[in-house]
Amino acid sequence: MPIKHSGLDRFLLALNAILLTLAVLIVVLPLLYIVVASFMDPSVLLSRGLSFKVSDWTLDGYQKILSNPAMVRGFGNAVLYSISFSFITVIVSVFAGYALSDERLKGRRFFMTLFLITLFFGGGLIPTYLLVKNLGLLDTIWAIIIPGAVNVWNIILSRTFFKGVPNELKEAANVDGASEMKIFFQIVLPLSKPIIFVLALYAFVGQWNSYFDAMIYLDNPNLHPLQLVLRSILIQNQVDPGMISDQLAMAEMKRLSEIIKYAAIVISSLPLVIMYPFFQKYFEKGVMVGSLK
Amino acid sequence: MQNSIKSAKGSTVLRNHSRQSPLEYLKKHYFLYLLLTPALLLTLIFKYGPMYGAVIAFKDFSPIKGIIGSEWVGFKHFDKFLSSPNFELIFMNTLNLSLFGLILGFPVPILLALMLNQVRRARMKKNIQLFLYAPNFISVVVVVGMLFIFLSPTGPINQLFTSITGEPIMFMSRPEYFRWIYILSDIWTGAGWASIIYVAALANVDPELHNAASLDGANLFQRIRHIDIPTLRPIMAIVFILAAGGIMSIGFEKAYLMQTSMNLPTSEIIPTYVYKIGLQSGDYAYSAAVGLFNAVINVILLVTVNFIVKKLNEGEGLY
Repeated sequence: MPIKHSGLDRFLLALNAILLTLAVLIVVLPLLYIVVASFMDPSVLLSRGLSFKVSDWTLDGYQKILSNPAMVRGFGNAVLYSISFSFITVIVSVFAGYALSDERLKGRRFFMTLFLITLFFGGGLIPTYLLVKNLGLLDTIWAIIIPGAVNVWNIILSRTFFKGVPNELKEAANVDGASEMKIFFQIVLPLSKPIIFVLALYAFVGQWNSYFDAMIYLDNPNLHPLQLVLRSILIQNQVDPGMISDQLAMAEMKRLSEIIKYAAIVISSLPLVIMYPFFQKYFEKGVMVGSLK
Repeated sequence: MQNSIKSAKGSTVLRNHSRQSPLEYLKKHYFLYLLLTPALLLTLIFKYGPMYGAVIAFKDFSPIKGIIGSEWVGFKHFDKFLSSPNFELIFMNTLNLSLFGLILGFPVPILLALMLNQVRRARMKKNIQLFLYAPNFISVVVVVGMLFIFLSPTGPINQLFTSITGEPIMFMSRPEYFRWIYILSDIWTGAGWASIIYVAALANVDPELHNAASLDGANLFQRIRHIDIPTLRPIMAIVFILAAGGIMSIGFEKAYLMQTSMNLPTSEIIPTYVYKIGLQSGDYAYSAAVGLFNAVINVILLVTVNFIVKKLNEGEGLY
């Protein structure tokens, strides 16, 4: 039976609708501006602002950004780092989460405490950097994908998932004489697609969007992922000075520099924008399982 | 629980397990430990390794002599930091940025969830959520890049200001704006996403409760206050403890990107300071000391906040 609304309630609900619309606009308008501006003729953009006439549009920004070797290489590196990082993260977290969910693992509390402590206390930036340096990982892909692969939240997430797998399944297999290994790989793992999916998505997005580890661990520009390239374009305002050979090209670059930034933002966000609507429910699921602890 | 019931019935599987010798136990269950090994090794090396490495904060560290070979100097580096003219500024910047961020940022996801909960049409609600969550997936580099674009002297926001006042506002180079820009853009990025757990909790409220309250003449405000908010209180407590406990562990990434030489008086915070003196100037021991100082304060904060919330929240804290 629907609630009967009083006059005050109806007023509040209308206000609510207005405020939510406002919230959506605040989120969407800046993004829409970037997308439209990335197609705009820079001189029109500067003098008149956004325009929706096709004659004021151009693909020059995209052409410049897609022919920028640093950008293309960064994109490739980001794909490589994000996929390998997700792969390692999933293996580490699913394995550990399963082991910690099993009541037959002795010392569960001890191990869990060991992991949880790292959530609240750490050695800090400098000792971590020195360690990575001493291990000889500087300027290698490993510095990006290994140290961050173990993440306590992920382990908690996966442990929570495996706790939900009915014990009877494992016990039945155990009675049948199946080894632990067989139980894990043939019975439990095929049931674990949702958690694998959630973990992989989180790891992929996290790695795709991060720049910090790459900034401190990678000196070689050939190894730089997309976000570092973006940083030099968007924030340090370097639209690839190495590429510019003559005065004319320089002037052209300067003219286009703003829309190159917009195009760079659009291109770099494209993979996630495409993924996002399809995977939204998985992302949400991750938040929910994690919050249950 | 399940164990005891089963073994009372005489399940051989579980009874055997408790009488095994350690060797037999390992032989049967070594695989579980094998599965745990990668995570354990990585944690010991990359999380506990640096904790040991942090002893350089008490040494005159030279990379040639190594951690063990370098001489102990006690609290020299800590003294240096605490008595440096920068200390108060950097410490207060860190505290202010997080504290105002928490105060302004904490209520927004709750409000969003309460508002979303009033949207009756499920499809409409889903679509609004889709938009509100999206900024969470935009990288910090892009978010700060967008700030520079929108707030630049010739950017769209200043085009508006210039047409009214005739003069652009130098948002990114004026120290007094840094915190506002940082915090508001943080809310823009994260508030929608942070509302998820609140939205889910509200979805579990029995609609009959609202119906009954409504029949008793309670208006929307009263129903939210007496039904919705009490539902959210336990989650609010946990989120608040985690946020307040992390006040000194505010992220490096965004502040560093937003720094310009002009806004440093408010934008220099402990993590960016550690990065600059440690990795850019190479003063490892001193910056490790600053980092350690920060980490210790953080732990103290977490324990304190947890204690207080537990008191206020009838014994329900984080641990």
